[in-house]
Amino acid sequence: MSGAGTLTDAGGTGEGPVTSVATPIRVEYQYTAGLAQSRFLKGIAEGKFLGQRCPKCHKVYVPPRGSCPTDGVATTDEVELGNTGTVTTYCVVNVPFQGQSIEIPYICAQILMDGANLAFMGLIQEIPADQVRMGLRVEAVWVDRDELGPNMASVKYFRPSGEPDAAYETFVEYL
Amino acid sequence: MGDADSTEILRAPHVLEFPYARSVGPVIGAFLTALRDGKILGARSASGVVVPPTEYDPVTGADVGELTEVGPGGVVTTWSWAETPRRDQPLDRPFAWALVRLDGADTAMLHAVDAGTPEAMSSGMRVTARFRPASERQGHIRDIECFEPAGRAG
Repeated sequence: MSGAGTLTDAGGTGEGPVTSVATPIRVEYQYTAGLAQSRFLKGIAEGKFLGQRCPKCHKVYVPPRGSCPTDGVATTDEVELGNTGTVTTYCVVNVPFQGQSIEIPYICAQILMDGANLAFMGLIQEIPADQVRMGLRVEAVWVDRDELGPNMASVKYFRPSGEPDAAYETFVEYL
Repeated sequence: MGDADSTEILRAPHVLEFPYARSVGPVIGAFLTALRDGKILGARSASGVVVPPTEYDPVTGADVGELTEVGPGGVVTTWSWAETPRRDQPLDRPFAWALVRLDGADTAMLHAVDAGTPEAMSSGMRVTARFRPASERQGHIRDIECFEPAGRAG
């Protein structure tokens, strides 16, 4: 019965015709990260990005999934990446929604870390939204050392690194 | 990849929740309003009396006619035993999910039957609706707490 309730014309006082019912959907589950992602998250808890390299095509995946989707083989070599990367593409979030914690407009970007062959999504801050661009060089900003944990909240956001933009040719195959 | 054996696999609880409110329209709205009053309504149509009522005849798509009271007794047409109820299910003890064709209705409605044991269940058995007390009814399908075998004391 918890969560079930009814809205009525009379504002829930139990009078007037029923016009609406609350139909909450709630799913509780245990997320199991698996071996590759567990190692990645332990790296995050130490303030570093750990990827894995495919022994066949030599691509570096971050976050790693334990296998190469192209070659279908286990990724055997662990690779520690640096703290900088390139915005390959991005979107401007202008729409408020329930639970939003960041002031709009803000930027969600696909970020290709240096040495990686897979981009992941990150928040861009410390630059006006209308100045973010493809090729923008960024660096990760971490939470304080004692607040680091095995979760992506350890990376507060990415901000411009101050380097010149990356040439389009350097990331075009990751779009 | 390092020493796989020494890597603890991480797990974390996740919750995904959508707080939907659903507009019920004039017919289901009337059905729910009647439940709050302790009554069960069906809709007259060329296909018979439809319970719960729909806005359209389920066979022809034509508008349904007037709403009419049905039940509270009825017949189980088919059922399935739920030995281990989940959180938020109608009852916190083993029960039957059943299709109940209420007296005066031509279709069957899904609800719970508080039968105690599966041996007490059978297709064709008579059941009757057990409403919550009026003060607890909210205009929701759960205003019917469940059905129970007809004639049971209490």
